[in-house]
Amino acid sequence: MSEIVLKSLAHTYSANPQSAEDYAIRHMEHVWHQGGAYALLGPSGCGKSTLLNIISGLLAPTEGDVMFDGHRVNELPPEERNIAQVFQFPVIYDTMTVYDNLAFPLRNMNTPEYRVKPKVLEVADILDLTPLLSRKAKNLTADEKQKVSMGRGLVRDDVTAILFDEPLTVIDPQLKWKLRRKLKEIHERFNITMIYVTHDQLEASTFADKIAVMYEGQVVQFGTPRELFETPAHTFVGYFIGSPGMNFFALNYAQGTAYFGEQPLPLSDRYLRTLGRIESNNVKLGIRPEFIEVCTSAESDTLAVQKENLQDLGTYAILTFSLNQQTFKARLPEDHPPLGETVYIRFPDDKLSLYVDEYRVEVDHE
Amino acid sequence: MNKVHNNRAWLLVLPMLILVAFSAIVPLMTVVNYSVQDVLGANARFFTGTEWFKTMLNDPGLQAAFLRQIVFSLTILAIQVPLGIGIALIMPKRGWQASAVLILITLPLLIPWNVVGSIWQIFTRGDIGLMGWGLRQLGVDYNITRNGTDAWLTIILMDVWHWTPLVAMLCYSGLRSIPEAYYQAARIDRASKWAVFRYIQLPKLTNVLVIAVLLRFMHSFMIYAEPFVLTGGGPGSSTTFLSQSLATMAIGQQDLGPSAAFSIIYFLVILLVSWVFYTTIMHMQKDRNPQGGA
Repeated sequence: MSEIVLKSLAHTYSANPQSAEDYAIRHMEHVWHQGGAYALLGPSGCGKSTLLNIISGLLAPTEGDVMFDGHRVNELPPEERNIAQVFQFPVIYDTMTVYDNLAFPLRNMNTPEYRVKPKVLEVADILDLTPLLSRKAKNLTADEKQKVSMGRGLVRDDVTAILFDEPLTVIDPQLKWKLRRKLKEIHERFNITMIYVTHDQLEASTFADKIAVMYEGQVVQFGTPRELFETPAHTFVGYFIGSPGMNFFALNYAQGTAYFGEQPLPLSDRYLRTLGRIESNNVKLGIRPEFIEVCTSAESDTLAVQKENLQDLGTYAILTFSLNQQTFKARLPEDHPPLGETVYIRFPDDKLSLYVDEYRVEVDHE
Repeated sequence: MNKVHNNRAWLLVLPMLILVAFSAIVPLMTVVNYSVQDVLGANARFFTGTEWFKTMLNDPGLQAAFLRQIVFSLTILAIQVPLGIGIALIMPKRGWQASAVLILITLPLLIPWNVVGSIWQIFTRGDIGLMGWGLRQLGVDYNITRNGTDAWLTIILMDVWHWTPLVAMLCYSGLRSIPEAYYQAARIDRASKWAVFRYIQLPKLTNVLVIAVLLRFMHSFMIYAEPFVLTGGGPGSSTTFLSQSLATMAIGQQDLGPSAAFSIIYFLVILLVSWVFYTTIMHMQKDRNPQGGA
């Protein structure tokens, strides 16, 4: 059993780091619990793969500790950690058969053949590789190869965590969901921690119970897909999760009114009270396009905006509107009323998020 | 799609055909022409059929040279291929050291054949050559002009020195093309160094090794200048290889018919052996267990 704890972890590829920009991982704290299905989500270059390689031991962190069950494993090479890793491009041993590929990690540990065989057959059965066992691994398709490399992690009894580094990149779209379901199935069957690196939010949310969103070398939010959607803890999460991403309004607060540029925003008292206490100049109001209410006529708490574009996407429509020379988006149901050049929008009080210095702050209750 | 059928398009192939004809077909046919005739003078020639071929195949001197040639080629392959792989494995992978080693290793490849022969001729001299003199000082009775074994060993050593870098460079490029993930996966699978070599590096090197083996075989089978300068084929005829026998016959004795027949046999042997090498190695990569569905 293992719980993976990262303590004030930092990593840099530069020999002589000058500023925070030189770090691929910037002093992060994180706990991966035993048996969880996790996703590590973030844009390219945010440090996801670096973090993964540090956990598996392929990289030694510059600063901080990696703890497995309370033991520091910083110096342990990957072969001494109970971890398997599946890479972006399937790694298979070309000259070996599928059977020998799966048996390879066991044979490397000098497991007697009578114990190798049942284990390999079991894993082949789970991964639907049984008919291919006698084939040369070289001649398999990409998804079969990826299953073989996954299987090499599963045959080892000592593996407590499998790390996936964008494993479905080279897989055909129609096979992706199949493999993802297989992963889920394996996760439910074995008590294995799985950490799945991806830049695809759909992939992350279908696979993982909890998602860690990485941005500029740090985990900015760790939560369920629903939490990431409803209460993004960081403006980046709001922007990155959801399609289209969250709308942000930079706020100025003066004499009991919140302004977006010159435009006063109809906000409830609890928001105004909270704003009154904030000293930072970097304050943003965030709302998801899904939560903006669009009306055809002015009401007491609505805001008149200019319609820029209305895009019908079949089951829903995306309205692009402008306010103060900036454009924002709202998502409308399929049966929305016809809209004129000026539309009226309303922000539902409980769907708003307030961001100070890019991080979400709790707003006073009534 | 509307395809226009116009046979005049074949004319476009003509320039290439003429070029190939002059560069390969015509010279080759001249040789074939000579090989079936006995040319005595400008206007005196007789058709001999396969007679020259029979004579050549039954010539004891040529048979011995052929045997020598085979032994030589196999010996240098057996040394240069493993040695080349070994060197490639221990070469630095990046940084200025990698460039420095690459340049150092490539140097012998830049030296012309004749010069290589001369270098080693001087190197092995008992009076002024470093190796010859050194070995004598150590009490070894080393003399490539009198002792056939010494001559043989020296020629092999010279060829290894001259050509192993080629194998090493080919293997080095092959090793560099292996993605890092393979080594990482092998570490996670707890593979030993030997297992990494056997199951990752060697399989990925197969293609460059095919090229290396073929090049080295063809090259060594045609070796001429280096042993000619170093030993002149001697002592006796102990280091006389096929190409030297051919040169003696064609240029020294002006026996055009026999040497033409011999050239063709020589060419066919190289073609045959190269083909056997190639098919064998390619066959080794095939799936031995194709059953189990597609």
